Amino acid sequence: MSDNGTRVRTLPVTDLSLVVLIGASGSGKSTFARRHFKPTEVISSDFCRGLVADDENDQSASKDAFDVLDYIAGKRLAAGRRTVVDATSVQSDSRRQLIELARKHDVLPIAIVLDVPEEVCAERNAARTDRAGMPRRVIQRHIRELRRSLRQLEREGFRKVHVLRGVEEVETAEVRTEKRYNDLTHLTGPFDIIGDIHGCASELDALLAKLGYVDGVHPEGRTAVFVGDLVDRGPDSPGVLRRVMSMVGSGDALCVPGNHENKYGRHLKGRKVQPTHGLAETIAQMENESDEFKRQVREFVDGLVSHYVLDGGGLVVCHAGLPEKYHGRTSGRVRSHALYGETTGETDEFGLPVRYPWAEDYRGRAAVVYGHTPVPEATWLNNTICLDTGAVFGGKLTALRWPARELVDVPAEKVWYEPVRPLASEAPGGHEGRPLDLADVHGRRVVETRHAGRVAVREENAAAALEVMSRFAVDPRLMPYLPPTMAPTATSRVEGYLEHPAEAFEQYRADGVARVVCEEKHMGSRAVALVCRTAETARERFGTTTGATGALYTRTGRPFFPEPTGGSVDSGAGGSLTEEILGRVRDAVTEAGLWEELDTDWLLLDAELLPWSLKASGLLRSQYAAVGAAAGAVFPGAVAALERAAARGVEVGDLLTKQRERAVDAAAFTDAYRRYCWPTSGLEGVRLAPFQILATRGRSLAAVPHDEQLTLIDRLVTADPSGLLSTTRRLFVDTDDPASVRAGVDWWLEMTGRGGEGMVVKPVGAVARTPKGRLVQPGIKCRGREYLRIIYGPEYTRPENLDRLRGRSLDHKRSLALREYALGLESLDRLADGEPLWRVHEAVFGVLALESEPVDPRL
Amino acid sequence: MFLAISATGAPERPATDLGYLLHKHPDKSQSFSTSYGKAHVFYPEASPERCTAALLLELDAVALVRRGRGKGRGGAPDAALAQYVNDRPYAASSLLAVALSSVFSSAMKGSCQARPELPARPLPLRVEVPALPASGGAGLVRALFEPLGWAVSAEPVALDTEFPEWGDSRYVSLVLEGEQRLADALRHLYVLLPVLDDAKHYWVSSDEVDKLLRAGEGWLSDHPEQELITSRYLARRSSLTRQARERLELVRLAETDDSAVEEIDNAVDERTDTEEAPVPLAVRRREAIVAALRARGAARVLDLGCGQGQLVQELLKDTRYTEIVGVDVSMRALTVAARRLGLERMGERQSERVRLVQGSLAYTDKRLKGYDAAVLSEVVEHLDLPRLPALEYAVFGSARPGTVIVTTPNVEYNVRWDTLPAGHVRHGDHRFEWTRAEFRTWAAEVAERHGYEVEFAPVGPDDPEVGPPTQMAVFALRAQDTRSRHTRGQDTKEEKAA
Repeated sequence: MSDNGTRVRTLPVTDLSLVVLIGASGSGKSTFARRHFKPTEVISSDFCRGLVADDENDQSASKDAFDVLDYIAGKRLAAGRRTVVDATSVQSDSRRQLIELARKHDVLPIAIVLDVPEEVCAERNAARTDRAGMPRRVIQRHIRELRRSLRQLEREGFRKVHVLRGVEEVETAEVRTEKRYNDLTHLTGPFDIIGDIHGCASELDALLAKLGYVDGVHPEGRTAVFVGDLVDRGPDSPGVLRRVMSMVGSGDALCVPGNHENKYGRHLKGRKVQPTHGLAETIAQMENESDEFKRQVREFVDGLVSHYVLDGGGLVVCHAGLPEKYHGRTSGRVRSHALYGETTGETDEFGLPVRYPWAEDYRGRAAVVYGHTPVPEATWLNNTICLDTGAVFGGKLTALRWPARELVDVPAEKVWYEPVRPLASEAPGGHEGRPLDLADVHGRRVVETRHAGRVAVREENAAAALEVMSRFAVDPRLMPYLPPTMAPTATSRVEGYLEHPAEAFEQYRADGVARVVCEEKHMGSRAVALVCRTAETARERFGTTTGATGALYTRTGRPFFPEPTGGSVDSGAGGSLTEEILGRVRDAVTEAGLWEELDTDWLLLDAELLPWSLKASGLLRSQYAAVGAAAGAVFPGAVAALERAAARGVEVGDLLTKQRERAVDAAAFTDAYRRYCWPTSGLEGVRLAPFQILATRGRSLAAVPHDEQLTLIDRLVTADPSGLLSTTRRLFVDTDDPASVRAGVDWWLEMTGRGGEGMVVKPVGAVARTPKGRLVQPGIKCRGREYLRIIYGPEYTRPENLDRLRGRSLDHKRSLALREYALGLESLDRLADGEPLWRVHEAVFGVLALESEPVDPRL
Repeated sequence: MFLAISATGAPERPATDLGYLLHKHPDKSQSFSTSYGKAHVFYPEASPERCTAALLLELDAVALVRRGRGKGRGGAPDAALAQYVNDRPYAASSLLAVALSSVFSSAMKGSCQARPELPARPLPLRVEVPALPASGGAGLVRALFEPLGWAVSAEPVALDTEFPEWGDSRYVSLVLEGEQRLADALRHLYVLLPVLDDAKHYWVSSDEVDKLLRAGEGWLSDHPEQELITSRYLARRSSLTRQARERLELVRLAETDDSAVEEIDNAVDERTDTEEAPVPLAVRRREAIVAALRARGAARVLDLGCGQGQLVQELLKDTRYTEIVGVDVSMRALTVAARRLGLERMGERQSERVRLVQGSLAYTDKRLKGYDAAVLSEVVEHLDLPRLPALEYAVFGSARPGTVIVTTPNVEYNVRWDTLPAGHVRHGDHRFEWTRAEFRTWAAEVAERHGYEVEFAPVGPDDPEVGPPTQMAVFALRAQDTRSRHTRGQDTKEEKAA
């Protein structure tokens, strides 16, 4: 009650809704909106008129102004923000537009009517300079139209209508924000979500017992959540209803409606429905029940909310699955989707509708747990899972423990009801193996990473990556990782050297990394090997259908060995070199006992494949050998000509010396590339040098210290009788200890002196951070003096060339290496967490895209 | 880079006249700065009997890179690795030709102030180019120089003597001998060195190309290989004008993998794509596709893998096609297609009907849903077989157009191509080529899995034994149960829901 005795009106307004204020000009809508809503929640038509016409009262701009209003309101509603429209809205035409807008975004339209006497409105307008000239008849017309509208507002579609009569009521009214019914984000469980029961009361009891419920109550306070379809087809629908209703009643369970109880509810209300699809059984079973029970069932079904958003928004439960844009929304369309799902309009060979594979498109953060479509096994697809495992058809009754994401099931006691069609062999849409969508990778993107925050991918780089990924890469399902690029050591000042390990050790020391490992750089090509224990593992974990047991691919995801051409789609697996290599690695893993020790049936290995000439032979011949051949052909003649000129007494200055030196440099260049070439035939001469196990089942091993890694790898190499696997020589260095650093430098000098490619220095602790928490480079390469001729050209060691080359800038390369590293770690983490393929692929694709960024290719 | 020119003397005509002709004193070594480095001229021998002038060009490789391309982000050189390590400092390329023309410019013009009568006189000349890049091999070298009156010796240089299995390099050691005027000899070299080089490095600016062409006056028009000489220049010029920028990302990805950029940036084959001389089979294919689209009454059409846009261009001429979308994964192909269609200058009414977008059939793509027809002309064979199911799903499962037209080579017909060695595919990027039976099996399975009917048609002459060169499948989405399409009643919904 207000001071003078008027009743204070409290207006419930849903937290996500489109609020339409209705009132004549001067009725106080703007004041009301200001008082009860955030300024950003309110969009006024006057303001929009001003935007498009520089004059808030220019009625000729109304159409454009309402377009703008519509657009802004649409953006807000799409983002899930309550919006208040401050316009007269006294005409049903203008309201219809707003109701359509609310429907389009699946939010509740709410009307608040300010019914204020004409005198008051006129007085207020007269007091405003910009409206002083408004004719009285305009206000009269507004009020006439408003009155006419009052009775039809609900019919127009407003789900709540609040009419405030008189100035007093308008001024004292209070708005109370209400949560939506489906918003149970504050409930954190833990939950046991239970699939379609269909009257299988005995199986339900067994499952509840297995989950630890005692008479419908869990001693640890867990909450059961039923995905609906409690009734029909099965032997005891009343029993199931009784159990579920009692658990819901006592607060031990939540329940969303399935299409079956929905239809039964309509039957109970006396509507005419076909007693098909098992409804007849329910009706018959309910005949023995009391009218009181039937009444309770009717009320129960009537009160069910289409879907729930739980656990801080991380979990959505509904009957038939729900795209993200419908989560937490409220409309007939949402309810219908939650109950029936979406169909394509086509029918299958059994005459049943073909369901739209919505889960394939799903990219939401919330896990969606649903039922409705019987499948043999509950499997995750893009963070969604269907729990209807066909208990009534003789399958099983399945529950999902949340947040543990653990499946618990009990078998059906018998086939209670014959299915019209056999259970689909895959989850809906899961066939053809979880397709990826272009929108997951295309255009400018930002990838969230655990280790380095947001990593941006530019549009042009994504475009290039799309071409390479689509045309040349192996199946993305078999490519859960691409290796990041690596920065070289800071440029050396040591005479004759461009790179020298002293700088690498110093860099790590400065970053607070004391223990590093120097790993010999192999003279090969970077290779990633996915090795599964069996083809079955590859099929189950990675979804391949070709019979492949894994993959062996390059830094850009291309297969090392071409697929045999011709033949059918399924001929990829047998007899290929890839399979032969995978087989040998597999045998070594088995022999070393690593499957058991690492508790896995697949491994992802980072490795080098040798010789370099195996993959790079085209480049070697067309570029490197060609340079050597041209130099070899030109110098003898040039030097001889100069010698003859000098012999005749022509002053040729240092030209002759210089050409002789150049000839020596060119010969050194030829020697340099030759070390990376040797002939191979089949797998003869081919070697694989693994240096890190990246991932195993459910686990990223990226943070396992390199000493442990190398110990595991050594065991693999020892266990390989075929001679394929090669060891990686290493030396551990303490960056704080000058003697140890010296030993590291000597090791490198000795190795590169013999023509070795160089080494990579890595923090032993693998993923390392500076004392300030910045991610440090995961590895720094120190390339040998001779090897660098291949990169910088035969004559790079000439003093004048070295001087210029020392001006090289490493900043971009270092930043690139860290960004790619973060993406690599991210893809492994996502893989370990069992995240959907598109999430893993997003990070992998990012690495490839970043590789096309402009950076000095010699680094 | 090195080149030597020798003249043999006679009593009445000492070989050292060469020094007058070249305007370079035989007893001095002289150096000249050119835009790419230092050129040195010296005489290893200079007697009345025999006189040899040598040109040595010391290339400044760094300057070369800086001229070639712009700078990348952060001041880092933004260029392909091939620009840093290549044969330019050693091989006799266009750069040597440019140096030749600047160091010996008056000799090339045939002017000699001191001895005006000399230039018109043919001399017994010998030219040695020890490392000549010869794209086309020793045979082409002979074919280019012999008609000009030279006795040619072109010895191939081994790629690497330690790896004899690698075979010969593209260099030959060239010796030319003949009675020629010096100016003619220089102009021959000036034009033909770059022709033989035919490199993909864009070192030479386009006005220099024009200069090179002018140097051909007097002998080029009668040369039996005139067409080849000219076309190599034109190819060079078009690659000069083409925005190198658009493929740099791909260059980098190729380098990441230590492979040549041609291995992956091969979506546009400029040599075979000439609308002036259309490949008849390509025309037949388009005719067959257009006929099939008409028969199906399609108006909104996707050209998936549109390449350089020939089919899009064809469809655009017919207003029955109200929306034509060309999709390709190659940005380069799309750029070429946009140019072919004149997309930028197109009027509003036309341009509303056509769009070119980058897309990939390895991914589902919401933008492709709801079209009347999709054409996949010569596309599937460019995919590795294990990735074909992804394409199948993206097209038939996700985009789901009313009609899908697929054409692909019939491998059985390959025996009828005279130019195709046995067992070879028709295009370097073909990952497979199907027999008629293989194609039909695949198509029938796809149709069955996705609710389409499929019919087959030959494209090109249907050989009684091996079939047509191209095979075509036309998939039609099966007619739907009208009830489930048009009724929206509650009961239908419940039927569906069951």
